[in-house]
Amino acid sequence: MFFATLLALPLGAAVAVTRFPGRRTVVVLLNALMGLPPVVVGLVVYLLLSRAGPFGELGLLFTPPAMVIAQTVLILPIIAALCRQAVEDAWIEYEEQLRSLGAGALRAALTLVWDIRFSLLTAVLAGLGRASAEVGAVIIVGGNIDGVTRVMTTTIALETSKGDLPLALSLGIVLILLVLLLNAGAFFVKEAAQRRYG
Amino acid sequence: MILPLKLDQTQFAAGGREIIAPLSLEIDAGMSTIILGANGAGKSVLMRLMHGLLAPTTGNIAWNEADPKRVRRQQAMVFQRPVMLRRSAMANVVYALEIAGVARAERKARATEALKEVGLLALAERPARVLSGGEQQRLALARAWALHPEVLFLDEPTASLDPSATREIEAVIRAFDASGTKIVMATHNLAQARRLGDEVLFIHQGRLVERSPIEQFFKQPSSAEAAAFIKGELPWV
Repeated sequence: MFFATLLALPLGAAVAVTRFPGRRTVVVLLNALMGLPPVVVGLVVYLLLSRAGPFGELGLLFTPPAMVIAQTVLILPIIAALCRQAVEDAWIEYEEQLRSLGAGALRAALTLVWDIRFSLLTAVLAGLGRASAEVGAVIIVGGNIDGVTRVMTTTIALETSKGDLPLALSLGIVLILLVLLLNAGAFFVKEAAQRRYG
Repeated sequence: MILPLKLDQTQFAAGGREIIAPLSLEIDAGMSTIILGANGAGKSVLMRLMHGLLAPTTGNIAWNEADPKRVRRQQAMVFQRPVMLRRSAMANVVYALEIAGVARAERKARATEALKEVGLLALAERPARVLSGGEQQRLALARAWALHPEVLFLDEPTASLDPSATREIEAVIRAFDASGTKIVMATHNLAQARRLGDEVLFIHQGRLVERSPIEQFFKQPSSAEAAAFIKGELPWV
């Protein structure tokens, strides 16, 4: 999650403020990758990390780092695409002023991201929502090992197939409450910021 | 000195439509230049060409200085609608100084001086975006003032302001003029042109129709278009 945000925000901002050949393709690709099927991402990461795969030597398969990698791949395009849209909208408003002051492209992008940071919270939350709700990718690369790579969603999947529906359901409710709480918190932060900074 | 600015057969087209017909002129230090014309005449585009925000489609624009960094550093522009960053008024001015490469130790003092000049020192710590329209425009002028530019471009800076805010803005523009900054301002407000200008560039449908000293322009415009414009704007004269 953290890595994805760290990579995605600069990427989205860079695509928003620079003009290069093939930029449209990149934008369409980013938008399309938002709908990347988690199971497929899981499968690809699985193949890359498996013993026979190119990164097999690292021994990462069925470990938490493998899950982090899969989730980063999954939500990076979501955050980057949403960030690009937000920064591009802001760029239309700020461009002349920033160029007039003599800000270069990199400088302008950083300024924009910082200036609309509270709007970008929504983009990051969308990524977080996807990451926390996701089961297909993490179950493949993590292996759902008890105490190591078992997370809430994979537990729910397991308990459902075992028939322990009450446990699955209550875990589901806890997960939803967590996500709700996070979003509510972010909403109030944004509200407060808007009142404070306009 | 980056002035004089020379436009040589400068032309600008967008979407297959010519917005500025080829024109040649020289802008020199001293006199305040007013770019006058109706809405859509091409005033803003001409000003953006001069300021370097747009590149001419054909022709040349040259300053009396080869280093593009120095050229950028010596000019500032105030737009019709000021764009402020989501930070305090003071921080907005400091930001401009930072980009201009002013040493960190100097920034605060220069920003303070600029805010004082425009009468916003009391509001220095307020978030810039919650200031009123007139205050934001004065802040935009403070941002320019702190840079001590050689040339200041103003694109209809008071078009969306009430009379009292307009007076305050005009006072600051006069202070710029008094401090030796060259003023280049686009407006369609004849009274304002008269109050602030020394000479007029009259633009009509993308063509430079007339360039005259301000008094002569109003008393005896040499072109029919300018005469019609003055008459249309001041039908009671």
